[in-house]
Formats: sequence, C-alpha cells, structure tokens
Amino acid sequence: MKDVIVLSKNGLYCPAGDFYIDPWKPIETSFITHAHSDHARSGAQKYYTSLRGLSLFKHRLKGYANAQDAVGVPFGKKIKINEAWVSFHSAGHILGSAQLRVEVKNKVWVASGDYKRTPDPSCDPFEVVRCDAFISEATFALPIYQWESGEVTAQKIKDWWHSDRSRPSILFCYSLGKAQRVLAELKKISDETVYLHGAAVGLTDIYRAEGIDMLQTLPVSEVPKDFDFAGCLILAPPSAHRSSWMKRFKEPQTAFGSGWMQVRGARRRGGYEKGFILSDHADWNELIQTIDETGAQKIILTHGREDVLARVLREKGLEVAHFTTEYSDEEIG
Amino acid sequence: MKAFVKLFEDLDSTTSTLEKVSALKLYFSKTSHSDSMWAVLLLTGKLSKRVLTSRNLRDLFLIATKYPEWLLEECASQVGDTAETLSLLAQSLNLSRTFSIHSSSEEFNLSQWMDLRIPELAVIDDQEEQARILISWWKTLLSSEIFILNKLMTGAFRVGVSEKLVIRALSEHFEIPSDQVAHRLIGIKKAGAENFTKLISKDFVEVSFSQPYPFCLAHSFSDRTNLDFKPEDWCIEWKYDGIRAQVIKRNQQVWIWSRGEEDITAGFPDLAEAFKDLPEGSVIDGEILVLKNGEIQLFQDLQKRLGRKKPSAAILKTHPAGFVGYDCLEFNGVDRRQESLRARRDYLKKIISNLSLSQIKISEEQTVTGLDQLESLRSEARNHQAEGLMIKGWDSIYTVGRKTGSWWKHKVDPLSLDAVLLYAQAGTGRRANLYTDYTFALWDNDPDGGDKKLVTFAKAYSGLDQNEINKLDHWIRRNTKEKFGPVRSLEPEHVFEIAFEGISKSDRHKSGIAVRFPRILRWRHDKKVEDADTLQTALALLKSQEILS
Repeated sequence: MKDVIVLSKNGLYCPAGDFYIDPWKPIETSFITHAHSDHARSGAQKYYTSLRGLSLFKHRLKGYANAQDAVGVPFGKKIKINEAWVSFHSAGHILGSAQLRVEVKNKVWVASGDYKRTPDPSCDPFEVVRCDAFISEATFALPIYQWESGEVTAQKIKDWWHSDRSRPSILFCYSLGKAQRVLAELKKISDETVYLHGAAVGLTDIYRAEGIDMLQTLPVSEVPKDFDFAGCLILAPPSAHRSSWMKRFKEPQTAFGSGWMQVRGARRRGGYEKGFILSDHADWNELIQTIDETGAQKIILTHGREDVLARVLREKGLEVAHFTTEYSDEEIG
Repeated sequence: MKAFVKLFEDLDSTTSTLEKVSALKLYFSKTSHSDSMWAVLLLTGKLSKRVLTSRNLRDLFLIATKYPEWLLEECASQVGDTAETLSLLAQSLNLSRTFSIHSSSEEFNLSQWMDLRIPELAVIDDQEEQARILISWWKTLLSSEIFILNKLMTGAFRVGVSEKLVIRALSEHFEIPSDQVAHRLIGIKKAGAENFTKLISKDFVEVSFSQPYPFCLAHSFSDRTNLDFKPEDWCIEWKYDGIRAQVIKRNQQVWIWSRGEEDITAGFPDLAEAFKDLPEGSVIDGEILVLKNGEIQLFQDLQKRLGRKKPSAAILKTHPAGFVGYDCLEFNGVDRRQESLRARRDYLKKIISNLSLSQIKISEEQTVTGLDQLESLRSEARNHQAEGLMIKGWDSIYTVGRKTGSWWKHKVDPLSLDAVLLYAQAGTGRRANLYTDYTFALWDNDPDGGDKKLVTFAKAYSGLDQNEINKLDHWIRRNTKEKFGPVRSLEPEHVFEIAFEGISKSDRHKSGIAVRFPRILRWRHDKKVEDADTLQTALALLKSQEILS
C-alpha cells in the first residue's frame, strides 16, 4: 500500500492529489487546516480552506493575493483533487479549524492539524472521522496535562478579575482563538465590556460576523486618554507583556492563559503572577481517546512530546510513525 | 485546609510584598489560632511533619495505581517536583475531587491534618494500607489541595515568603511591635493554639530566658546609595569566616545560639565553659571560630566541629573553639539594642575584658582615613583569616533582620579559576527541564610530558542570568556526548570563570581538591578550552592558603 500522505521537505504532501497540507514552504496547491501562523503561510499558488475559516484565513494573509482567492469548502463536502477525494471536518481547535480527510483508492487518511475535545462556545466541536491512518499532534502528550472545562476556567478568570477592582486586570492570551473563547465563555456569566489590545480587534470582529456570541469589546486604542482602567478586564497577546503598551495601565494584575500553566514551574519561569489553564490543544486523555475513536491502526505523530505518546500507543499494539514538522510546539496565535 | 491552600496560591501568585502581607493578614483574620500557628511554623520553615520521602510517596502511588513507572518518570522530569507531578496525575486518573463552581464539601482544617491525620499515616507499617489511605484522602481533595497535602507529608512545603514578611503581617494585624513578635517566635518550637496566643499577646509575656535576640544583618557595601564616607562615623572590623552566634548568660546558665536560631550549646562545651564567668544578664553577638594558640584556623577546621551533638575529647583538643565578640545586646539584664553601637561596644569591653581568657577576644576596631585606605585594608583580609570587612555606623541601633543603611559587609574579591564545563544535569522546581546544575573541570598536566586531561573539581548552580541559562541549555541538548541517568557528559567547549571562597583537599572530586561556595562569575566566551586553568594552578592556591594559616 502506498502512503496517502508523506513528509516532504516543504511539508506534508499527498502524491495522489499532488497537493500539500499546511506546508511550511508553500509552493503549489495547499490545503490549510487553520489560520494560526505556523499552519497558514504565504507562498502557495492555490489555497483551499474550510468555508467556516475562510474569512479568518484571508484576514491573516491580508497582503497575499493568492490567499484572497482561496477556496472555502463547507465541512463534510468531498471534492476531487487529481486522484484524491478530500474533505474538511471540524477540529475544535479555533473557529473554522479543520481536519483533512484524504481518500485514495479506498484508503482513508486524516491529517488532523491541531485539535481539542474540550467544549468551546467559540468554535464547532471536533468531529471523529474513522480512518486507516491518523496524523496527530502531540503538543501536550503527557498525562500531567488535563484541562478543566471552559466554564470552570472562565469562573476562575472572573473571580481573579473581580478580586481586586481597584486595579486593571490584564489577561495575556493569544489573539486568535483564546481571546474569543474567553469572551464567549465569560458571556455566560458577565455582561461587562472587555478591552482589547489591537492584535485581537480585527479577529474578534470576524468571530462576531460568524455569529459567535461574545461579551462586548472595545479596543484599548479607542478609549479616551484619561480613561481609568481600574476594575476592567483587558485581553492582550503575550508579546505585549512588559512592553511599553502596558504603560497606560496603573499597577495592573497580570495573568497568562495557556495549557503550559498547568505546571507551576512554567508559570514562575514566565514571570506571570497568575496562570489560567487554557489550551486550544488536546490534553493527554483527549489524545488517547481521539486516536482510539478514529479506529486508525497507523498513527503518525507530529510536534510535541511524541516520544511518550508513541510508546503508550505502541504498547497498545498500534503502528506509530513520526513526522518531523516545522509546526510550533508552543501554543501560538 | 481550603484556607491554607488559598493562602498558598495568593502568596505564590504575586511578587508584591504588600500583597503578600495582605494575604497573610486576611488568613490570620479568618482562621483559628491553632491553624494560624501551623501556618506560621510552616511558612517560616520552623517545623514540618515529614512522614514520607518523595520516593515513598511515589512508591505508594505506584502501588495503589499500578501506573507505568517510566511514564511517571517522564512526567516528573517535565514538572520537576514529585508532589506536584502526583497531584496532576491524580487529576488525570480521576483520583481527585473535580472542581465544581458551587460545591463546598466537608473538610479537615490544617491542624487536623498536621496534628492527627498525617501523623496517623506515618505509624502504619503496611505499605498497601498506607497507599489505600493516601488515595482515599486524595479523592476528597482538589488537585491543588493534593499538591499542598503531598508537600506537607514530605516536609517540603516552601513558598516565596520570608520570615520577615510573616512577622510583619502578624505585627500589623495584631498590632504588636515586630521585634517583639520576632523575639517570641524564636522561642516557639511547637504547634498549638496556646503558642499562637502567646505569640500575639498584647500583654508583656516573659520570653523564655534561654532565647537569643533576632540577629541584625548587614547589606553589601557595594549596594549603598549614599557614597559619602566619613571614617569617623564608622566602626570598621574584620568580617571573620566562622559562624555568627549569640552567647547568653541568664539564670546562672550559658546558652549559645547560631544565626539559624539553633541552640548549639551542647556542641561547644569548651566555649560554654569559657563563658561561665560572664556576668549575669549578658547577651553578646560574635563569631565562633577554631582558635589554636591564639591563631584563627580555616573554616574547614571549624566544619569539623559543626553538626556534632557532642564533640569528642580528641576533637576538642585538636580543634578548640574560640569566640570573637562584635556586639553586646544585653548588659546588666537590660535590653541594649536601642542604644548606639558606641555604647554597646563599651559594655562588650567591660564584660569580656573581665574574662581575660585566651579563647575569647573582642573584634579589633580598624582605623582608616578614607575610602582608599578602606579598600587596601579589605584587600589584606585574607592575611588576617577574614573574608572582608564589617562597616557599622557608630550611632546604629541593633535592628531585626536586614535593614538598609547602617550596617555594611564588604567582602574580599573571591578566588577564581577558569574551568571547562564537562557535565550538566537538569535542575528542579523553577529550573525543571533546564540544564542548570553544572560540573566543571581543570586541566591536569602530566609531569612526564604526556597528554593533559580534564579532571572535575567543582559543581555550580548559580551565576548565570536567565538568558545565558537558556542559551547554554540549548547548547547542552545539542552537544551531549553521553547520558548517565539524568546527567549528560558534554563536549569540552565552554570555559567559565568559577569564583569560590576557599580551597582545600578532598576525595570527592577527581582532582583531589574541593572549593567552598563555588559559583559562576562569568562565561568566558573569549577563552578556548586549552586556555582553562590547570590543577597545578589550583594546588598552588591551596598551598598559599595553607602558608597563610
């Protein structure tokens, strides 16, 4: 049996369909699983992405003409590319994120991109796709990583924010996915306005246009100069931490939302006061559960702690291979 | 225990002193005296209940869950802390209570855990039974609470709060002067509500007469902000390299306390004897050293006297203890700490000169005319078996802890050698997953003209900034020759300047020498491996030190 998807120097490649999946050096036809910058890069002739994620994708590759002509394919719709049948299926990672199901001569392979199973009101839930081979991330592939529900995290964020209303509360989280998830979760338990760093403004607008119900937001840049942020919640990307942008907030309390915050040492190394466990990737139990549910006998692991996961899967009798990719094993946005 | 876990999280999630103090005050305002007493003892590290080692705890987990050991090891190396790893695995395996927004379950308070439950676990012999109880406890707790419980059981509870902050919070919340709290706290060795009541009592409570005063500490001279230096304002004396101690004579009895607030009287019967004629109602502050025929010996000699409950007659003879007095805190039964150093030195001279014993001295006051002379005096410190100078304001009072402005220490520049990085090991806690424990080597020249080889002589953990640590970590992962368990042997490529306080013979390292307080002074990017120092250079340093003493 020929492999449906192989590793090439430019990225994952489907020989029967002659296309790439999330290539790090895009050249020809590229299928994009989601709009995070380590998966969606400029340089390809032709792009396909999920219809649900199309506007995010175009927004992220604003200056690149070929990206503006990208084809948006509805979830579940099969299209034929040369010898391969290809369809997008929701991955639950961020809005519009997809797994790519590729069928060649009765063999089904699924490249899952990044995914999570924890319910998230800001994107469609993960869909289990039965397949012969499953390509999985392994970002948080250690049993110590287990996420609580978004509701619990949102409650903790609200408690922290409300614990000191004499100061601004700045929550650092990535601008695509995490910020909107926080806004959507908080919508259930609050009706206050949240302030946004410029990096998240356009992306949040797109989420709203896609019908995601979130708290009201205002860009920090559109607030009067003498506005007092005491008691306000502000969302900003981690790159703004300790930057001059923070000067306009008086003695803020700061927190970081990331899966890495599960471990105390990681939080202390990062220099954040408070850490909220907030991840858009699958935790350990979700990885195991998902791989199980796909029914795949062959598992190919990409970025993260694939060594540990591989051993556990092999002990279960599965065939495990490894692709060395250039996807980030950080959570990025 | 919820309140204590909350306190831990509050303390752990801020770097602001003010916020830490207010978290402590909030805790004291809400909890019982018995819980508060335990919290104070645990936070200041004065008392712990270590009933299990980390290893035991790990084994109990493996017995109870049949979890694959290798997987536990992988997790532990990512987290860098057994107690935390197990609390996370408990959650992953559904062995913990899950967080729900409205739940409030019945629970045991801190004292019940510390006084009853944890000690009960300790006396069970059967490991299977211990493991069963441990898991049954976990099931009633959140993962964050399991973490704290694990820490309490292994006696390894630590959080970023100093004793000084705890004292400050107690003092502010209960409105008692902080030095009074500090003094009382020294006497408390046990938990119990009655002890906490004593600690915070507004009435004058007679503290046990054996207790020392909290030690006054100095800041580094190079950190001072006022650069004016009028020699006549300062008392300058040698800073000896022994152990700081207070000698107390009250109720016809002599006590000797170390700076770590340990009663070390039993370990120094020769000193206690020498002080038996100290006038009643005296407390003096000074340095314990080994004094032989009036000569101060190396710190390595003093080390032979430390940590012994009762020294042998032989060691008392070969390593006789001596004392150099710096200060007098109590004279004629009256606390003199608020008087000037000038007055206190006069008391010191009065009480010590009456003793006229060979083993007891008063630190000599040095005179200088200005900063230049101060510096040249400092550079001679090693010739006087001192590690530098103490510079104290003549008008200064004896404060609690380290207050800026009136007491300075000015140490000599350390000895140093350029050495080659040869092995690395990952650190723990905040340095988990980062290679931060380094072993360094020197060249050993073959006298017969053969090839020189590298021999290890020191381990060092500190001295690099986070940026350098990250860079070196990156390099280590790519230049590992071999792995021995957690240790990686490395290509000899990087040279570091290693500073240390002293050098002596030792069997621990291949080189046959050991250095005291080694730390990295700087990364010598400018030096090639061949340019590193040799063992022969180190031995010459050792020799010159021996000649001096």
